[in-house]
This record gives sequence, structure tokens and C-alpha cells, in this order.
Amino acid sequence: MPAETFSLDTVSVLMIWTAIAIYALAFVAYAIDLSRRSALAVDASGATVRERELVGAGAAGYASGTTATGASASRALDDLRTQEKAADDALGARPAKRQRLVWARIGTSLAVLGFLFHLGATVTRGIAAERVPWANMYEFAMTGTLLIVAVYLVVLFKYDLRFLGTFIMGLVVVLLGAASLPFTFYVEVVPLMDPLKSIWLVIHVFVASLATALFALAFGLSVLQLLQARRESRVQAAARGPVGAGETATAPKTGPRFLATLPSADALESLAYRFAIIGFIFWTFTLIAGSIWANDAWGRYWGFDTKEVWTFVIWVLYAGYIHARATRGWRGTRSAWLSIIGFSAVIFNFTIVNMFFKGLHAYSGLS
Amino acid sequence: MSRSRSDQVAASGDPLRPSDHADTAAAVDSDVQQPALGVVGWLRWGWRQLTSMRTALVLLLLLAIAAVPGSIVPQRSADPNGVTQYFVDNPDLAPVLDTLQLFDVYTSAWFSAIYILLFISLIGCVIPRTKHHLKALQARPPRTPARLTRLDVHRESLVELAGDPSAGSGSEAAEASIALAAAQLKKAGYRVERYDQGATLSVSAERGYARETGNLVFHTALIGVLLSVGIGGGFTYTGQTVIVEGRTFVNTMLDYTTFNPGRFVDPEALAPFSMTLDSFDVTYQPPGAAGGGQAGDFAANLTTQFPGEDPQEGVVRVNHPLEIAGDRVYLMGNGYAPTIVVRNADGDVVYNESVPFLPQDTNMVSLGVIKIPDGMPEQLGLVGFFYPTAAPLTTGALTSSYPALVYPTLTLDVYEGDLGIDDGTPRSVYTLDTGDMTKLTGRETDGASIELRPGEWMSLPDGLGTIEFVDESSSDAAVEAGSDAAQSQNYGGSVKRFVSLSIHRDAAAPWVLGFAILALLGLLSALFVPRRRMWVKATPSGHTLKIEYAGLARGEDPTLRSAVDQFAQQHGDALETELRRPTPA
Ligand code: HEM
Repeated sequence: MPAETFSLDTVSVLMIWTAIAIYALAFVAYAIDLSRRSALAVDASGATVRERELVGAGAAGYASGTTATGASASRALDDLRTQEKAADDALGARPAKRQRLVWARIGTSLAVLGFLFHLGATVTRGIAAERVPWANMYEFAMTGTLLIVAVYLVVLFKYDLRFLGTFIMGLVVVLLGAASLPFTFYVEVVPLMDPLKSIWLVIHVFVASLATALFALAFGLSVLQLLQARRESRVQAAARGPVGAGETATAPKTGPRFLATLPSADALESLAYRFAIIGFIFWTFTLIAGSIWANDAWGRYWGFDTKEVWTFVIWVLYAGYIHARATRGWRGTRSAWLSIIGFSAVIFNFTIVNMFFKGLHAYSGLS
Repeated sequence: MSRSRSDQVAASGDPLRPSDHADTAAAVDSDVQQPALGVVGWLRWGWRQLTSMRTALVLLLLLAIAAVPGSIVPQRSADPNGVTQYFVDNPDLAPVLDTLQLFDVYTSAWFSAIYILLFISLIGCVIPRTKHHLKALQARPPRTPARLTRLDVHRESLVELAGDPSAGSGSEAAEASIALAAAQLKKAGYRVERYDQGATLSVSAERGYARETGNLVFHTALIGVLLSVGIGGGFTYTGQTVIVEGRTFVNTMLDYTTFNPGRFVDPEALAPFSMTLDSFDVTYQPPGAAGGGQAGDFAANLTTQFPGEDPQEGVVRVNHPLEIAGDRVYLMGNGYAPTIVVRNADGDVVYNESVPFLPQDTNMVSLGVIKIPDGMPEQLGLVGFFYPTAAPLTTGALTSSYPALVYPTLTLDVYEGDLGIDDGTPRSVYTLDTGDMTKLTGRETDGASIELRPGEWMSLPDGLGTIEFVDESSSDAAVEAGSDAAQSQNYGGSVKRFVSLSIHRDAAAPWVLGFAILALLGLLSALFVPRRRMWVKATPSGHTLKIEYAGLARGEDPTLRSAVDQFAQQHGDALETELRRPTPA
């Protein structure tokens, strides 16, 4: 490669691909962690299951069978409670006091390393362009995913959310990888279009990306909350229902096994809620800042441009989510679906709306 | 889980919530039992339903869903040309969508119904809550519960009483500890109240009223936003105009190409200023560079003037509108305005104007129309393109390869006949209806199209006269098209520019912004201020003093536990130093 074409932009691209590769490795490490957690979970409950089998088999011939199986099933319920209590407490443990999960540690170390390359790539892109590195689709994807990883890593100091590592790394690899391919979003540095020359580009887009990062975390937690709630209700149903002797021999199907090492659905929910409300505040700010900018650039603060519509829809969806959590009959599973729908709308807004919907926000840099 | 449902200690200080709020106990709906409700009963029932959490939630979700079609189907408000095109592309579907108001989603009956119901619900919800909250702001913290162990968080410590075990020392220590706790809580922003029962002393404390205040401010500010938009819109106007370099616009209805006044705007009483476009600046990325041809740094340099005042200079840029007497002037577009002079067979000037040509692409291929109603045997219409840097396509037609004036070329075709402007029907100056006209030049005619560069002239067909494309950068006499003198020129500045400006008065904007910021502040307070109760109770018994600390969350409060722990620690430490102080004998 001749020296003069080895520009800062090229360096940035090399670093981005290095970051993507490292994130992919982090994803693998976190996935191994989850599967090893499953093994841990099986070991922990193995004793109980074996015991239950004995009781179940013995009870089959006697009239008192139901009572015996009932007892073992309620033991399963106790197991669930004890495990979840421990996981809830572990959630907020200081980094030094956390459970030693070797593969999760490897995952986090790789995530940090990938983040450093990612940061380097973003900064060099900014220097090459002589402006903030978030002015077209490629750059939105680059900075947006950088913030997702940053928020995840910062949150790790306070909560042990390493069980979300697979999700976060997977999401970032897919988004960043797809955006960086030469035939998708990647574009060379070109000067800014006039409407983008504004302080609001710096503020509005950055805060929107930050909100997206928080919504992503809330989304991951809401998905786990749903899985965990299903597992809890199945264990409870098994404990309550008049179970036949044959059924007790096999534990009820309760979804992925690693769930048995995660906090309760309630704890996941309140954490998801906490991220979502911070995200919601940032999103509210994004909406206001965008209107101020639109008023300067387009002569009106609101005009139901496609991008404005979607920003509004997302805002209303999350307002709905916050409401749902305060509405009887909606707290729990139903509200979690709203968090999931909300984040889907965020991703839709970033990808499909940017690429295919006509509007004034024609800044994707794609043609 | 920090949210408590300990309703046994719910007090009048609690915020009022709709009956289906997650925190209120599921009571059996008393109305259900009543066999006949009567009109008032039904109304009351309906109102209760409308102002319930569930209705608010459903309406919010409906609002989100209802907003989506407006981003898929073009909207008359944002993209009128898109709507016209949609009718052309989907002649069967479009009328159906139109009946469903899908081209005007945000003013449609169904969209309006949703948000109006939502806001009625909101008002119905906020008013009683505000009344209730104003009262609650004066309420005292609730009585200390008999058994603090039942609460979300409970801590207990035993203090050994040193010294004289005679009667009185226990109650003194109790008094000291509760007085201390009350002082500390008060300092920490709690509202405190003493509740003593015999030897058992206690202080009850409550904080976080700002949570409910914030919630109410948020919801009320949303009403403020809606009212500002609704009422302010009536005092708002927007108008568009086009100014060619050197020309002056006067702020009256006459000089606007389009004008949309709100209901309460008097179009005869606009601010009496004028604006002259002195020059228009733009830079283009040089060809070959990254983003070659991309335009930027647009600036319309204006001179503005009020009657009887000195003229003032002003610049309009993208993102930087110019403010004049409360109006804001925006730069919406720009283009070339070739100056064209037409003379009839006698040599009389029948047309002399700089005509704005509308840009069609990023290299400024521009389309323009010239209408000559008088001075010719018949009315004349010319229609054609201007290419700032003309380049031939393989088909032989021209295009523009760069947006700046490198090789400016004007091509026109001539039509003769009825322009259709005499019967009073308004016609756009940018289109030529050739239905009643005969084509004299160009394809399918004998005459060659007119093709001119700045400073050149040509004869019109049929001996009608001449047409000249004036070079604005030089005062030299025009030369005949095709003569050598026209070659190898520097064309910079040879063609005038025009700008299209949009002039707005938006009475609502500052109010909307104010309410939006208020809503944001309210939200911060509503979501992050913890609302909680704390109790400290001291029970002396013999040589020891039992001190209990208890906390209860009112609403989302993830830090309750650590707050109680921290307070117990702080209070314990301070109490120890205080009790150890030698009492004067
Ligand atoms: C324009 C429509 C509305 C929007 C955008 C909206 C948005 C919100 C948001 C973001 C919150 C959470 C922040 C806070 O606690 O203050 C909230 C809370 C709340 N809203 Fe609304 N709201 C709307 C309409 C309503 C209506 C119609 C009602 C009455 C039925 C209502 C009752 C409440 C209540 C009671 C809370 C407190 C929830 C809690 O205890 O956590 N809201 N709302």
C-alpha cells in the first residue's frame, strides 16, 4: 500500500475491524460462560433432582403419593427462592467480591480491549474528518455501538451484569460489522453538509446514542426477565398442581439452564426499569434538542418528518412502558414486552427508517 | 424489591393515584354491585374509566401506533409533491387512503380523537392529584407504626447505659437519642414529627414530596405544550419568497409567493421592512476532491431596512436564520437567475428580466420558463434549461457536470400562442401550459433550439426578433452566438443568483420550549427523587436503650436500604459521643 493512501481514515478502518474481531471473541467467551453456568446450575440442583426421583418412584404405589411429590416440588420452589435470593444479592456485589467466573472475566477483558481499539478507530475517524465522528450512518453506527459498550462496561462497576455480555457483544458485532462493510454503510470522509454544521449535531446525536445504549441494556434485561418469569411460573405450577408420579421424575421444562444462576424476574425488571428511565430522560432531551435544531435549520421545530415521527413514537412507547409498570395488571411480563417493542423501534428507526424512508434527515451519506 | 405495599401505614401524605395504580390495593369496584347506575352513575363510571391508568396506557399505545402511518404514506403537510406523485403512481389505492385521511394523519379525525381523549384523561387525572398534593404538602408525617419490624427495612441497636442506673437515666438517654435523630433527619431534608407514647419515644420523618411535585409538573407541562401549539399556531405565519441578487423584497402580501397565516394573523399588518439581496455566497468542493461538487457555506447577504431608519446589513445562513422585528428569515434554497433580454422585430425591448431557474439536481441543471405576453405578434413562451457547466451526454443532450459557472449554457425552446394568463386564472410562473401554443424550435420543428452562453445573442425563429443572455460580469456588448469572441472566457459571476427565503413568525415556539424544559425538569425530579419514610424509635428498659430504625419506600426507591443503614450508622456514632460526654454532677 503506497504511503500516501495509508491515511488516518484507513487506520481507523483497520482498528474498527480489529475491534470487531475482538468483540467476536468476547462474545464467544461470554457464551462459554453462560453454558458453564448451566453446568453449575445442573450440579447445584442435581442432588435435589435425584432425591425427587427416589421419592417419586417410591410414592407411585402408595396412596400418599401426592403428598410426597408435593413436598418435593415445594422443595424445588424453595431451591428457586434460595438461588434467586443469592443471585439478587450477587447482582449488586462490589467487583472484588463477585463470583469467580473465569470465562466471564475473559469476556470482559476482551470487551475492554475491543473497546480500546473501537475508541481509537472512532477518534482517528474524527481527526481525519476534522469534526465529531457521528455525521453519517457509518459514523452513527460506530459511535452508537461504542457508547453501548462504554455504558455496559461502566455499569459493570456497579452491577454484575456479565450475563448480558453475550447479548451486548453479539449486538455490537452485528451492528458494527454490518455497518463497516464497504458495500453497506461505509463511506469515506466528506465535508459536512451545511445543515449539519451545528452545535446540535454534537449534542443531539450524542445524547440520542447514549439513550440508545441504555435502552439496549434495558432490552436485554427485559428479555431475560421474560425468560425468568416463565421459569418461575413453571416451577410454581409444578409445585402447586396435582402432579402425576410420572411427571415429577423429570423437572419441568423451564428454558435455558443458565437462568438458574440469574436474579429473579423481579430484580431483572427493576433493573431494566432503572436503565429505561435514564434512557427515557436522555430521549426526552434528544427530542427537545432536535426540535431546537430543526427550528434553526428548517424553520420549524416540528413538522412530522419521518425521523421526527419515529423519535416521537419511541418516546411515547417508553412513556407507555413507564406507565405500564405503574398500572395494575401490566407490571411484570406485559410491561417487559413494551420495553422490547420500544427497543425494536429504536433499531428500526436507526436502520430501516434511515435507509428507506423519505424525509428531511437525509444524512445517512448513502445514495 | 423496594416497592412496598404496606398499606397499613398509608397516610394522607401519600400521593393520590387512579384506582388501578399498581400500588393501590385491588379493591372490589363498589359500582359493580349497584344494580342501576342512573345517568349520573354512568357518567361518573365513564369518567373514572377515562381517567384510569389503564385508559391512559391504552391511549398512549394507540397514539404511538397511530403516528406510524404518517411516516410511511407521504403527508400533505410535509411533502405535498409526494402526495401528488402517490396519486399518479397508485390511482386506485390513493383515493381510498385519502378517504381514511392517511395523507393528513396528524390532523385526521382519528389521530385527533386519540390525543384529545388522552389529554382529557390527563387533565382529569392531574387536577384531583394536584389538589390532593397541595394538601399533602402541609400534612405532618404519619404516626409511627407500633411494630417497625414489619417494614421494608428495619435495623435495631442496643445501647448500654453507663453510670447511675437510677430512675430517669433511661428516659433521658431516650430523649437525647430521639432529639438527635430528629435534628439529623431534619438536616437531611426530612419533614419530622415526634410521636411519643409513654416511655417509648419516636420520631417519624418523611421526604421526597418533590417526586410527586415533579410528576405533576411533568404532566401539566405536557398540557402546556399542547395548548401552546394550539393557541400559538393561530398567531403564527409562514411565507415564502424568491429574491434575485440586487432586488428588494418588501414585507407585504404582494411580495410573497405563498403565505400561510394563522387564524388570528392580520396579513395587512405585517412588520414594514424591506430586504435587498446584495449577494449570495456558496462554495463547492473542487472536482476530484472527496465529496466533489458538494455545496456548502451558503450565505445570503442582505440589507434590511425599516421606513425612516438606516439600512442594516444581515446574513442568512443555514442553521442561522436572520431575526428581524420578531420575524425569522430562513434560507431555503438557491439557484441561478439568467438575465434575458428579448427584442421584437422592431428592436424594441419586450422582455428584460433575471429569471429564477429551479435547480433539478446537485449539479444545478435548472429549469426555467419565460413568458412574454406583450410586444410580439402573438404571446410567446420559452421553456428550457440552464447548465452552469454544460457537458454533452452520449445521447447528444446536455447535462451539467459541476454546479459552479465553468461553462454556463442556456437552452430554450420557443412556443407561440395563448399563455392562458389573460383570463385571471392564477398560473405558476415556473410552468408553461403549452396546450394552446405552437412549438417553433427544438425537436419536431424546423427551427433549431436556442443555445446561448452569457454575453451572446441569437435571432428568434420566424424573424420574431432577438434574444440575448446578458453577461452580468461585463458591460461589453453582446456578441452573436457561435462567434469566436465568446470562446475561452472566465464566466465567474456572469449569471445572477437567487435565493428562496422563508419568513416565519412563530408565537408558539418560545412557549413550547419553555414547557418542554419544564417537563424535562419535572421528569428528573419525578424519576430520581426518592420518596421515603423513616422512623426512629427509642425504648428504654433497665440498663439498655433499644433503638429501632425503619424505612419505607413510597414508590421506586432502590437506595432505601443503604439510606437506612447509613442513617443508623451516623446516628449511632453521634449518639455515642453525646452519651459519653460527662454529665455535670
Ligand atoms: C400525554 C400523555 C402522558 C404521558 C406522555 C405520560 C408520561 C408519564 C411518564 C413519563 C411518567 C413517569 C414519570 C413520573 O413518574 O412522573 C408518568 C407517570 C405517571 N402518570 Fe403519566 N403520562 C401521560 C398521561 C397520563 C394520564 C392520562 C394519567 C392518568 C390517568 C397519568 C398518570 C400517571 C401517574 C399516576 C404516574 C405515576 C406513576 C408512578 O407511580 O410511578 N399519566 N407518566
